[in-house]
Formats: sequence, structure tokens, C-alpha cells
Amino acid sequence: MGKLPIPEPQIMWRVALVDNSKNENPFGEVISMEHHIDDPSNDSTPKNAVETTDLSLWYGSFQALFNVNFKVKQGLVTSLIGPSGCGKSTLLRSVNRINERFGYVRTEGQVHVLGQDIYAPTVDKTQVRSQIGMVFQRPNPLPVTIRKNILFGYHLKNPGRVAASVEDELVEKSLREVLLWDDLKDKLNHSALSLSLEQQQKLCIARLLPVKPKVILMDEPCSALDPEATAAIEDLIWDLRGEYTILIVTHNMAQARRASDECAFMLMGKMVEHGKTEDIFVTPDHQQTADYIEGKFG
Amino acid sequence: MFSKTSQNVRNDRIEGRWRTLFLVMTALLILPVVIILTLLIIRGGPAITWEFISGFPIKGMTQGGIFPALMGTIFLVSLGLVFSVPLGIAAAIYLSEYASDNKLTRIINLAIINLAGVPSIVHALFGLGAFVLFMEFGTSILAASLTLAIMALPVVIVATKESLEAVPYAFREACWSLGATKWQTIRKIVLPNAVSGILTGVILEVSRTAGETAPIMFTGAAFFLPFLPESVYDQTMALSLHLFVVATQVPNVPESLPYGVALLLIMLVLLMNALSIGFRVRFRSKKKW
Repeated sequence: MGKLPIPEPQIMWRVALVDNSKNENPFGEVISMEHHIDDPSNDSTPKNAVETTDLSLWYGSFQALFNVNFKVKQGLVTSLIGPSGCGKSTLLRSVNRINERFGYVRTEGQVHVLGQDIYAPTVDKTQVRSQIGMVFQRPNPLPVTIRKNILFGYHLKNPGRVAASVEDELVEKSLREVLLWDDLKDKLNHSALSLSLEQQQKLCIARLLPVKPKVILMDEPCSALDPEATAAIEDLIWDLRGEYTILIVTHNMAQARRASDECAFMLMGKMVEHGKTEDIFVTPDHQQTADYIEGKFG
Repeated sequence: MFSKTSQNVRNDRIEGRWRTLFLVMTALLILPVVIILTLLIIRGGPAITWEFISGFPIKGMTQGGIFPALMGTIFLVSLGLVFSVPLGIAAAIYLSEYASDNKLTRIINLAIINLAGVPSIVHALFGLGAFVLFMEFGTSILAASLTLAIMALPVVIVATKESLEAVPYAFREACWSLGATKWQTIRKIVLPNAVSGILTGVILEVSRTAGETAPIMFTGAAFFLPFLPESVYDQTMALSLHLFVVATQVPNVPESLPYGVALLLIMLVLLMNALSIGFRVRFRSKKKW
């Protein structure tokens, strides 16, 4: 028996393969990496921080997302609106892969964050989650001290001993950024659960900062808060804008209008419309969007 | 307009009757406990002396103390815990934190609950077959402890699972969203907040196994053995079996002796229960959710 004919890899052969795949760019990954390396500040048009391509998602046999194509521009606040059960939270939760805790979730399509496919086999889920921060509907500080809450993510990424001065600096910087430092600097060792809801939610944002996330996802961050606290959180979101890309799910139309640069409307698991917030609210392209915004259904 | 009608009067009467019925039932429930405790304290109280607790039984168990039985019970229960607690907690962590919710998991959960309902004599025969004969441990502390451990296991698992599940889901989500693995989440947040519940369950289980007689009778507890065991392969006396023996098998026992043994056993159990309640109160006052 002779040797099996193993084809020698040749340049021509690869080119032929590439040609067969038509519109697919085989170097897409590399190109988008360069994209990501580019300094965003010297480019006038914002890049996409999050980009989903034909994203479909099933909970068991129930399909929650249908071929969603969605681009979130870097450094802006983008709000996701739509009636209950339209899939906006599901979409949000597939951007940091936290919905995978249910064994019966199946995803098709792609989600790129800063140019990298976060569903690629080489991707580590904990890396995804630590670099894409999430703020939940109900403030959920951990049942430990304020200080430990802020350092929790940092210690996960830096398991060794960390100098106390570094920790102190991180805590102060993070709390200053969410405007809590003056209120809390004397009770850093109190339980985080002793804070007011507004402070808890701000703390939940502050604890993301030491791990330097690029993208922050917020799932109705104000729905458990009173109007004053809501205004405070909205101000904070506006302050964080630019440095972080923020994607926020909200039920509150007024909030979407006040506190977002771009707005996307979803219905029945499909992305209906996405554009500048003022355009969506003033001159929506779709009748469904107009009806929802006017409150004809919810 | 707001005055009593005949309908109201009738309703009040029915209301009163039911209320009385429930009250009587509750009283009936408490009554035996009160009677048992009073009887034990009156009749057995005088028997409890330091010599009784620290002495060895003499004159065919009709006199002397119960020290080897007390120590035997402590040995059996603690060795049983060494087996059942790590195993039970580990299994519970797997079932409630890792296992996906499918048919197999549900069958396993059901089996565990059913295992808790298996009569102790069945466990005893299983222990005899498995540990004494098949694994050739002989009738020994080891075999008896393993039998008690098997018996305690489902209760430990259920108690642990319940306390793990009582830790709000939001904490886990918060941890995961910060990039923690499941084990980091369990170790740093879930277990520290579940430990009081787990401890409570374990202590309650201790008090239950301390009183078990059947499982140890065939597997390692001796009728009469007036010295302390030297290794886990020795037999030992135990309080519960000793009570059975002095109450029914030995002639000419002074009346206060079995009451004394029973009182001591009950005090041991109540002490354990009090400890577990104490833990619960202490930890609950710390919780803020």
C-alpha cells in the first residue's frame, strides 16, 4: 500500500477556498482586530463596540430572538426599548453570556464585542463577563462590606496579594466616579446591604470600574428606584458616557429619550428599528415604533 | 346598617368552634412532651450524679454509671458525621449549583427524599450486610458509624440544599457578572451565607442519630462492655441501646436507672437542638435580606 495522497497546503489552494466563500472575508477576524487597536479618539465616526450578526436564541423550544442584527457604537449610550417579553433583556444578556447559566439556552449567529467574537471556542466566559460589566434591575450588592464589593472583581482578576494602598486608591477612585465617595468614605467597612437603594445601585456600577470594563450593560437599572434616585443614576450614566459604551434596557420611554444617544426598538424577538434617539422619537420609520412610543400598546 | 344579623351570629359560633378545636389539638400535641419531660425529671433526676455520668456500670448493669455508653454514643455520632457531612454537603452543592435541571437530576432528588423515609431497621440490615459482612468490618464502631452516616446523608443533603437555595439568586448573578467562576461564587458568597443553615441541619441530624437504636444494634453496639473501645474496629456501648437493655433485658434494675439514662439521652438531644437554634438566631440577626 502506498501513502495516502495528502494534499500539500499551497497558496493557490487557500485562495481557491477563499473565492468559494464569496462574501465571507477569511481575514475578518484580523481586520477587526486592527479595527480595535485603532485609537478611537482620532476617528470622527464612532466604532461599533457591540455588533450582533443574525443572532437567534432559543430557550428550549421557544425562540426569543430572531436574526437580530444590531450595532452599538463605541462611547455612546444606546437604549433598548420594547414591550415586555420582546427579547430586549435576552439580547442584553447574550452580550455577556450570562444567560447561559440555564442549560437549555441555544444561540446561533455571532456577537462581536470590540471586534472579537465572544462566542468563539477559544473565548473564556469569565473573561467576557469581567470585561463586559452588568448592572441589574434590582441593585444586587454582595452581602459583604462596601470595600469588598468594589474590590471583588479586581481580586478575581488579580488573585495574589495586593498592596493596601493600591486597594485604597481603587476604592476611592471608583467611589468618586459614581459620586459616592463623600457619603461613604467613613463607612467602607459597613455592609453594602445597609445602603439606600440608590447608593446600592451606584455601588453596583462602581464595583465594575476597577476591572476596567469597555462595555457596561444595564438591565432596567432604575426600575426599582424612586424618581430622584432615577435622575441621579441617569446623570451618572451620562457622566460615564464616552469612556464606556453603555447599553441600557428600559421600560421607561422618557428615560430612553432623556438619557440615550441612540435607541433601538424591539418587538417579538426582532429588531424593528434602530437610530438616533431623537429620530426614533420624532420621526420613526415604522408604524409599530410610532404606536409603541405613543403608548398604543405596551 | 352595621349591626349583627342572625347570619353573623351563626358565623361567630362556627368560628368559635373551629378555633377551640385547633386549640385543643395543639394542647394534645404539647401534653405528651410535657408529661414525658416531667416524669423523666422527677424519676430520673435523682439518678443523675457525677458518678453516674463518669462511672462504669457494675453488678450486671444494675448499679454504677453509664460512662462507656455515653462515650460510645459520642464516638458513633462523631465518626458518622465525619463520613456524612463532607459527602452530603458536596453532593448538595453539586445538585443545587451545578447539575442542570433535567429528568435525571429530578429522579436523584426524589430518591434522596425517599431515602430519608427508609425505616431505620432497613438501614440496620443494610449496614449489617454491607459493612459488617461484605466489607468485613465486623460488628464495630466503624460499621455502625457508616450505617448511621448512610441514614443521616439524605437529611444532610436536603438541609444543605435548602440553605444553599435560600441564598438569593441575585448574589450569584452579581458574582458571575463580575467574572467569577461557579466555584469562586460558591466559596466566596454562597457557602458563607448558607453555613448557618447547613450547621443547623447537621446539628439537628446529630440529635436524631444520637437516639437511633436499630441501626447500631446489629452493626456495632454492644450489650455490655465495661471498658472504652481502643480502635474503630472495636464494639462499643451506646446510650440508646443501653436504655433498651436496662429497661427490658436486665432483672432487678433500680427504677431510677433507666429513667436516668433516658433523661441523659434527652438532655443530650435537647442540648444539640438548643445549640442549633442558637446558631440560627445568631446568624439570622446578621442577615439583612
